Amino acid sequence: MTYLADVGALARKDLLLELRARDTLPAMLLFVLSTLVVFHFVLPGDSSELAATGLLWVAILFTALLGLTRAFAAEREQGVIDGLVLAPSDRSAIWLGKALSILVFLGLAELVALPAFALFYGAVDAWLIAGVALANLGIAAVGTLLAAMATASRARELLLPLLFLPLAIPIVVGGVGASVTADPGRYIGFLGLYDALFAIICWASFEYVVTE
Amino acid sequence: MLRNSRLPALAALAFVLTTAAIALVFFYAPLDEDGLNQKIFYFHVAIALTAYACFGWGGWKALRVLWKRDENADLESYVAIHQGVIFGALALVTGSIWARYRWGHWWEWNEDQLVLFLVLFLFYSAYFMLRFSVPPGPRRANLSAVYALFGVALVPVSILAIRLSERFIHPVAFDRGGPNMAGSQFLAFCVSWAAMLALAATLYRVELTGKQIDIRLRELREALR
Amino acid sequence: MIRARGVEKRYGDKRVLRGIAFDVPRDGFLVVTGPNGSGKTTLLRLCVGLAVPTAGALEVTVPRGRIGFLGHEPLVYRELTAVENLDLYGRLYRVAERRERLGMLLERFGLWDARHERAGSYSRGMLQRLALCRVLLHSPELLILDEPYSGLDDEGTELLDRELEERREAAAFVVATHEPARIERLASARLALA
Repeated sequence: MTYLADVGALARKDLLLELRARDTLPAMLLFVLSTLVVFHFVLPGDSSELAATGLLWVAILFTALLGLTRAFAAEREQGVIDGLVLAPSDRSAIWLGKALSILVFLGLAELVALPAFALFYGAVDAWLIAGVALANLGIAAVGTLLAAMATASRARELLLPLLFLPLAIPIVVGGVGASVTADPGRYIGFLGLYDALFAIICWASFEYVVTE
Repeated sequence: MLRNSRLPALAALAFVLTTAAIALVFFYAPLDEDGLNQKIFYFHVAIALTAYACFGWGGWKALRVLWKRDENADLESYVAIHQGVIFGALALVTGSIWARYRWGHWWEWNEDQLVLFLVLFLFYSAYFMLRFSVPPGPRRANLSAVYALFGVALVPVSILAIRLSERFIHPVAFDRGGPNMAGSQFLAFCVSWAAMLALAATLYRVELTGKQIDIRLRELREALR
Repeated sequence: MIRARGVEKRYGDKRVLRGIAFDVPRDGFLVVTGPNGSGKTTLLRLCVGLAVPTAGALEVTVPRGRIGFLGHEPLVYRELTAVENLDLYGRLYRVAERRERLGMLLERFGLWDARHERAGSYSRGMLQRLALCRVLLHSPELLILDEPYSGLDDEGTELLDRELEERREAAAFVVATHEPARIERLASARLALA
């Protein structure tokens, strides 16, 4: 199972890089907290708890974008992506390893965001957490591939949100639906469908994103 | 390829069909309760379906870029998607006009189709941003193709997402309006659709040929240097 | 190992390479020369597969995992130590007895004492030596080196000379350089780009 060994080596590398550089994760944590605070000043007095929950998903999405923008930064700045692409390992392992590390960062950011949300606005139930967990998978999968695409362009950080947001709409629908409706199972199922479909597409097409 | 004899024939066909469609829609098909507004609906649906066809064609060509390494396919995919965005924008405009006369305001989130087109319009606009920020070459062809295929996958997923979202956005029951068609109406619709497809095909050929000539010219200039 | 016929590479409107043809056999040593901007780097990138030709045929019969590439960038992570960098590449390239091998290379290139320092703290010469360690780690059959002597001090240059001599028979080489005189004695073929 050298494929999994490759993925493990690459994911470990990304986590190690973040441990050394310590720039992306603290920024994500601070960003999500700041956003939650801003929401207090944005919501009118008689807003429902549901509106706040919806805004939580906005916060998660944009925090994820922050992390994703930095995802391939090291590879881009130092040209190391060539080194990874030239290795005999399957190119999709690069995607999977990077996506796993993004998943970890996102999870850690939410570990802070969700309690803060519960503190500021209202209850966080099991369905919300399930929705967040599944949404993370979709965000990490699609976001990592798009981040690699954006790396190849001149516009870089500007391009990633434009590419990502339309694809993130179904994720948001699934997540918010799981949080606020009386029928969360349906939305969880939908998120699972999205994750499965797009993970397969990303896995199959990453090769073409990093080669000519 | 450059002496494409099909193009004038195609343009003529588009002209004939469009005229026929306008004639049928405005003079032949009976009015129903929507009145004159319904006439726009014929074109709106035809334009929308044509936009889907363009995106689908672009997706097919994108597959050929990746699978067969077909270089021409990249340009064809790009032009198809370009046409798709143009027709998509038209679909949004005609849909908005229709919504204004049916519901009273210029936008209606209840109309799944309109919302879907908005999402697709955003998605494929990003396609152009992607293309313009990567230097031309096999890399750009690959990236565009992968993104175009994401677009194809996004259509059914978005349809599902939009339907699901209505459950928590508008829990009130809504009217899934839209005409049911009698025979004569169906004929007018079919001709409209054929007309829009012919129009799209013509514009596709025109733009594709124009771009291919451009490329040839530049190659010649470079070779003479 | 490499067979090129009528290879052309264009970036947009600019034609960087035109009508390139050569062969590199198993024990070949091709020296590529030319002024700045003549396309040496592009040619090497084509050989290694980081770019594809816009016309012509370039056939490389060596699998990816048996090729070693040295480009302008050392291709190492600045935040990781030398050992960590080589360990990562060792895993990806499935190097047997990884730890021993990378230790041996680090020592041979005089980086043993600095092996646990971040690559970001290395000087230009040390980075080049680390890059050479990376290139040789998996004992490649085909070595594609873009200006391998750049940034090296006298000691580094001697180390590289020795390495090239020792491996001359064991692998095929494509080397782009500004100073062909240095490796002239090793060359089996030359390609001068305009």
